[in-house]
Amino acid sequence: MSAPGSAASGVPHLDVDPFDVTFFADPYPTHELLREAGPVVYLDKWKVYGVARYAEVHAVLNDPATFCSSRGVGLSDFKKETPWRPPSLILEADPPAHTRTRAVLSKVLSPTVMKQVRERFAAAAEERVDALIDKRSFDAITDLAEAYPLSIFPDALGLKPEGREHLIPYASVVFNAFGPPNQLRQEAIERSMPHQAYVAEQCQRENLAPGGFGACIHAQVDEGAITATEAPLLVRSLLSAGLDTTVNGIGAALYCLARFPDQWQRLRNDLSLARGAFEEAVRFESPVQTFFRTTTREVELSGTRIGEGEKVLMFLAAANRDPRRWDSPDSYDITRRTSGHVGFGSGIHMCVGQLVARLEGEVMLTALARRIAKIEITGEPKRRFNNTLRGLDSLPVTITPA
Amino acid sequence: MPAITFIHPDGKSDRVETSGGESAMQAATRHGLDGILAECGGNAMCATCHVYVDESWLARLPAVADDEDALLDGTAAERLPNSRLSCQINITPELDGLVLRLPDRQV
Repeated sequence: MSAPGSAASGVPHLDVDPFDVTFFADPYPTHELLREAGPVVYLDKWKVYGVARYAEVHAVLNDPATFCSSRGVGLSDFKKETPWRPPSLILEADPPAHTRTRAVLSKVLSPTVMKQVRERFAAAAEERVDALIDKRSFDAITDLAEAYPLSIFPDALGLKPEGREHLIPYASVVFNAFGPPNQLRQEAIERSMPHQAYVAEQCQRENLAPGGFGACIHAQVDEGAITATEAPLLVRSLLSAGLDTTVNGIGAALYCLARFPDQWQRLRNDLSLARGAFEEAVRFESPVQTFFRTTTREVELSGTRIGEGEKVLMFLAAANRDPRRWDSPDSYDITRRTSGHVGFGSGIHMCVGQLVARLEGEVMLTALARRIAKIEITGEPKRRFNNTLRGLDSLPVTITPA
Repeated sequence: MPAITFIHPDGKSDRVETSGGESAMQAATRHGLDGILAECGGNAMCATCHVYVDESWLARLPAVADDEDALLDGTAAERLPNSRLSCQINITPELDGLVLRLPDRQV
């Protein structure tokens, strides 16, 4: 058995840093390099294995007994390093512990619950479009991709009005912290104390409005499903992963539809394509680019022997454009059959809030397409750099009402 | 390999050959069948691969698990006693000839 961090022979070694800002600016040539180098690669810079083809990414995601999450889903190995915050009870957990907490969040964010909030989410999307039509020219990120989820999700959770400005910065820390100890991660954690304090306070039962997702999680304590100390940490999961992800998902969809006017026209001609247009944007842009797993034993993956305790980096975004799996992977096609994409992950850890994301995306794109004839990009889009999330900081646009 | 039949709301039917060990949902999406969305890709999380099982086959399917039962409460089309999620129906040789009816919508 090899010592952790030393690579088995035969596996291609690559000298690329997938957490560098020059990589973030244009990851696609490197994604191709990673995919074509082999089914499994080794990244010398961070001493980790990597998988970038669809088949291997899907296989790793669906073998949680071998590729575990409890040692962290970032580069940091919780067996060797103290996590920057108490680990998540769902994201950073394995069965059987994970099974119990997962069931609670699945119930709170179920298809049945989505039916109950749909009307409210759709009405808020219409209101947002009203405001944007008055403006004509605006920033599609701050005024739309951020403003819309901020207008519904914190209320749906039952958060207090005060302190919500911490939500996006907190999520930004969480997703930067999955990365290696680079400047992005270090600075994010150094500045995180006020955001962490807000989140810890806001997750307490008395600070969550009745009827919201947060209160529903705490109600599971009374059912005996979780303990009173577990509930705030599960609320924390929604605060960590429920907002910035949908901001980037909606931002991705807007960026796609603004760049590809033929797809915008298709959507305008058939509003029932809105949900598919959002889903395809999640495949195409992959707002969550990467996650890690840690091997629990020595394992052979597509001919490469990987020792126990090794970190494996999954390039979700590269898998979502793997030509072995997708026809014309680099084209944004709102009628594509996207089932099976790994933009929300796959297997037992697949995004528990995926239904919230799809609902927000669908009602927002429907409202826009019904009332707006044209979206034009009127300035240079600016990218926001994060170790895990891909999205824009600014997208200046001008719209023409229908 | 076993084959299964999907009947669309308009009465049109599609016979689909399955390959070893796949679910009814996988067989449907592999053949590009309209009417099965399967947004979550078969992870029992989204309730968009809803089907109505032909009554004569109902008893031959494995029982509905708790998570599938909860998801069926949230299907877009009405839940009926013969409602199932097609991602949870693994096609075994005994299910050769299975008939599944598609609801009018999945979201």
